[in-house]
Parts: sequence; C-alpha cells; structure tokens
Amino acid sequence: MFSNAFDAVIPVICVTLAGLVVMLAESFRGKGERMPMGGLATIGLVGAAASSILLWNRNATSFGVVTADNFSIFVNLVIIAVGILTVIISSQTVDRDRIPSGEYYATLLFAIVGMMLMAQATELLLLFLALETMSIALYVLTGLRRDQVQSTEAAFKYFLLGAFASSFLLYGVAFIYGVTGSTSLDRVGTMIAAQSMSGSPMILLGVGLLLVGFAFKVAAVPFHMWSPDVYEGAPAVVTGFMSTGVKAAAIAAFARVFLTALEPMITDWAPVLWAIAAATMVVGTVVGVAQTSLKRMLAYSSIAHAGYLLLGILAGNDVGKAAILFYLAAYALTNLGAFGIIALLGSRDRANDDLRDYAGLWHSHPALATLMTMFLLSLGGFPPTAGFIGKWYVFSAAVGAGYYGLATIGVLSSVVSVFFYLRIVVMMYMSERDARPVPAPVTGLAMAGLVASLAGVLYLGILPARVIDWAQASVATIF
Amino acid sequence: MAIGSYLVLSGLLFAIGAAGVFLRRNIITLLLSVEIMLNAVNLAFVAFGRQFGTVDGQIITFFVMTVAAAEAAVGLALVIGLFRHRESLNPEAFTSLKW
Repeated sequence: MFSNAFDAVIPVICVTLAGLVVMLAESFRGKGERMPMGGLATIGLVGAAASSILLWNRNATSFGVVTADNFSIFVNLVIIAVGILTVIISSQTVDRDRIPSGEYYATLLFAIVGMMLMAQATELLLLFLALETMSIALYVLTGLRRDQVQSTEAAFKYFLLGAFASSFLLYGVAFIYGVTGSTSLDRVGTMIAAQSMSGSPMILLGVGLLLVGFAFKVAAVPFHMWSPDVYEGAPAVVTGFMSTGVKAAAIAAFARVFLTALEPMITDWAPVLWAIAAATMVVGTVVGVAQTSLKRMLAYSSIAHAGYLLLGILAGNDVGKAAILFYLAAYALTNLGAFGIIALLGSRDRANDDLRDYAGLWHSHPALATLMTMFLLSLGGFPPTAGFIGKWYVFSAAVGAGYYGLATIGVLSSVVSVFFYLRIVVMMYMSERDARPVPAPVTGLAMAGLVASLAGVLYLGILPARVIDWAQASVATIF
Repeated sequence: MAIGSYLVLSGLLFAIGAAGVFLRRNIITLLLSVEIMLNAVNLAFVAFGRQFGTVDGQIITFFVMTVAAAEAAVGLALVIGLFRHRESLNPEAFTSLKW
C-alpha cells in the first residue's frame, strides 16, 4: 500500500521536486550561463496539474493529515494555473529587472507548495506549517529587488505583520488543542459538536484568534493595513501572484476550517464574520476610489474581492461554497492578467504604475489596452466576463442564505468600484500620452500568457456551466 | 502547578510580544517581539500537552521552533537589507511606503 499512502501528496511532490531542481540548477550554473529555469518550473507545475486531475473523484488521503478531495483539487488547479501564468509573464520581467532567476523560480515554487498544502490540510498544525512555507517564500519574493528600498521595506513590513498574524493563528490552534485535545479537523469538529462547548470561553478565544489570523492572511478589514503597501512595494508580477494565489489558498483553508470543524459554532462566529465581510467590502471600495497608484488601487480592489469571498463563506450553503470556488477561479485569472500588464509596462527603474502612466495607452499599446480593459471590466463585474458570473453567484448564495443586508452592501460596493475601474479605462483611451517614455514592447510569450488568461476570463464568463458543475461536484464530497 | 498559571504566563508573554511589535522603535527588537509571541504559544502547547498526559504538545513545539528559526533567518536578512538602504534601525526612517 506504499503507493496509495502517497497519492494525495503527489501534486505537491511534483512542485517540490521542480523547486529543488531549479535550486540545484542555479547553484551548478556557470557564470554567465543561461538556464531555462522557467521551463523547469513549468514542467513541475504541469506535472502537478496532471496528477491533480488524475486524483479527481478519488478522495485520496495521505498520513491522515493531507487530503486530495475534489475541493482541494479544484483550488490546487487554480493555484497551479496562477503559478504557470506567473512563470510565463515573469519570463520577460525577470530578465528586465535582473532578478536572479534560479532563486526567483525556486522560491515561487516553494510558495506554491505551501499554498497547495494549505488547501489540502485537514490538520491544524499542518495548516500552520503550510501557511508558513507559503508566507516565508513570499517574504523573500516581495523583497527580491534588493536594490530598491520600497521592495525591501515592503518585504519587512509583510514579514513583521505576517509573522504577527501567524502567531495569532497559532495561539488559536493552541487553545483549540487545549480544549479538544486534538489538532485534527475531524476530531475537533466531533468534539465540539458532542460536548456542545460553544459557550466555553477558551474555545471562543481559540476561534477568535484563528479568525484574526485568517483575516490577516486574506487581508480583510480591519486587518488589511499591510496589503496596499506590500502590493505596491513588491515587484508587480509577485504582487499578481500574491494577490491571487495567497487569496485562493487562504480562503480555501478558511472555508475548510470554519465550515467543517467549527461549523457547530456557526452562531458564534457568523456575526463577527458578517461585520468583517461588510467592512471589507466597503473599505476596499471606498478607499480604492481615492488611489492614484494602479497597484494600490488594485490592492484595495483585491481587499474588496476578499469581502465578496467572505460573503460566500458566510452564506455557508452549497451554493455559497461552490460560489467561493468559482469566484476564486474567476478572480485569479482576472487579477493575474491585470497585474501582468502592470508588470510588463514597468521598467527596471520605475514601476510605471501611476494612473497618469496609463494615459493614452491605447495609442502606444492597443493590444495591451484592450486586454487591460477586459480585465478591469471583469474585476468590476461586467458581463460577459468571469467577474460578472462570479459576483452574481456569490450574491445569489448570500440571498439564498438570508443575508439580504450583506448582499445589498456587496452590490452597492461593486457598483461604486466600477467607478475606479472605468477611470483607468477612460485614462487609457481618452487621454493623450504626455512626454513620458514609451515602455518597452511585450514579448510574444508574455503576450500569450495574457491572452490565455483573457481566454479563461471570457470562457468563465460566457460558458460558465461546466466549471460551475465542477465547483458543485467539489463541495459535494466534503462539507 | 495547575494549568491556569501556565496559561496566564503564556498570555502575559503573548501580550508583551504583541505590545512590543507596536511600541518598540528598533526593527531588531520588533523581530524579538514576534519571537516572544511564538514562544508564548509554545508554552501553551507544552502546558496543554502535559495536561492531557501526551507528548503531542511538545512535538508541536518542535515544529513551531523550526518555523520560528526559518522566520528569524528571513527576518534578519531583511533587516540587513533595510540597514544597507538607510543606515538606520529605526522604523520611522523607512517611509517610502505609507506605513
């Protein structure tokens, strides 16, 4: 039964091996020799995607702590897609910014390992370890531009607040362990249900600390303060990767913990989550309107999107859980595309992420302007894009669960958010380009990556039925 | 000694660490504060494990210590990076992002 015991971790092993190979290749690389690091990373990610697809419907588990149920496979495929697109878009920026490519791709792969394990963990300690694997790799990625003070500053800020949040999460795990005597989600769930401990102060403290830890990781208000700064300071490709991959992994783990093990206590945590979701949607949108840096603007937009995802968790019904998965897929493709364009328009010395930098983009880069418009429309939730179906799905789940107030806040905030997405679009088409230097042209490979994510966005927006079926099949097996 | 005392100590240490992150004005002390928080959690794990009469709590502590070490390595590397840019360890010297 040797092979079966490892089934659920095969995708993770693929990515880990690719990471190790890239790391070794870098250390044996001769001076000035070029190696296809991105190619190696892609091979590992494609292997992980293939093995994930083969594990579909098999409900494999390994070591009693890792599961490969359909839910985690769906999330993992989203994360892998994010990884592959990031690698493709990085192919241009790594050379341009003279980032050490071996270190970059190895760290990227290790971050993906952590994300995938977060989605697969059924044990709180493993969840913490996966979270740290992801986070530590991301601190390094954020600070990769050591020559830029913003990048290093962002990395340190992310590190400090990330470690701070992790210790809250871990303290929550400690209290839950102290009350139930276990860190396995199954055991915790049965213990809480059996002993109806929902009133005990210790378990409430544990759940509260866990909630704070997760809220930090998904950048929910009032624990969002780090994200605009970190998103602004990090290299734009890394920002795209962080804002999509981390969100997918953290929301998946959030949903798994709170909708399985802590489900019996839903009356205790639902009101708190209600307030967090409402505040996240409102603050993300309102503050986003006031931004002039595109990276910061999209950072606040990603905060607002975290609010919509929390709405799905809060709804907690089957529609809500499937909606989370669909929304994650839609949001990942869209946001990654938008940040990819920001990354490609930057130069080595300047991020070119000011709103004014996009003036007249239509005249200098018509293709990029068109792509950006589509991504922004999808973020704003216009048909026929993925963002529209995702939002419609999440809001209908919330209404189905009786959260009329929250659904209204969500719809209103998404209407307001259209303003700042359209502001960029107007800037691109209707303004004349000023004297700033025109950014370098985009390579074919990077363009192919962007077109692929646009194809995904349109596919999810026009023919969403199949992916919705998959999402529904994913949640049917576990919750 | 009852578990309550250990938990109170752990809570105190955690509070000291959390306060340190916000109050101290030296980025190395900020790092130490985060470490204190993690060690407060370790204490809680060991105390709970002792209460259940199993070694689980102590095993978890080993994992947490490993994570803390990895974190400290990255954290110190970042501190060195910051120091090279600004020749200062005061967080107020780092203002290129809106803190």
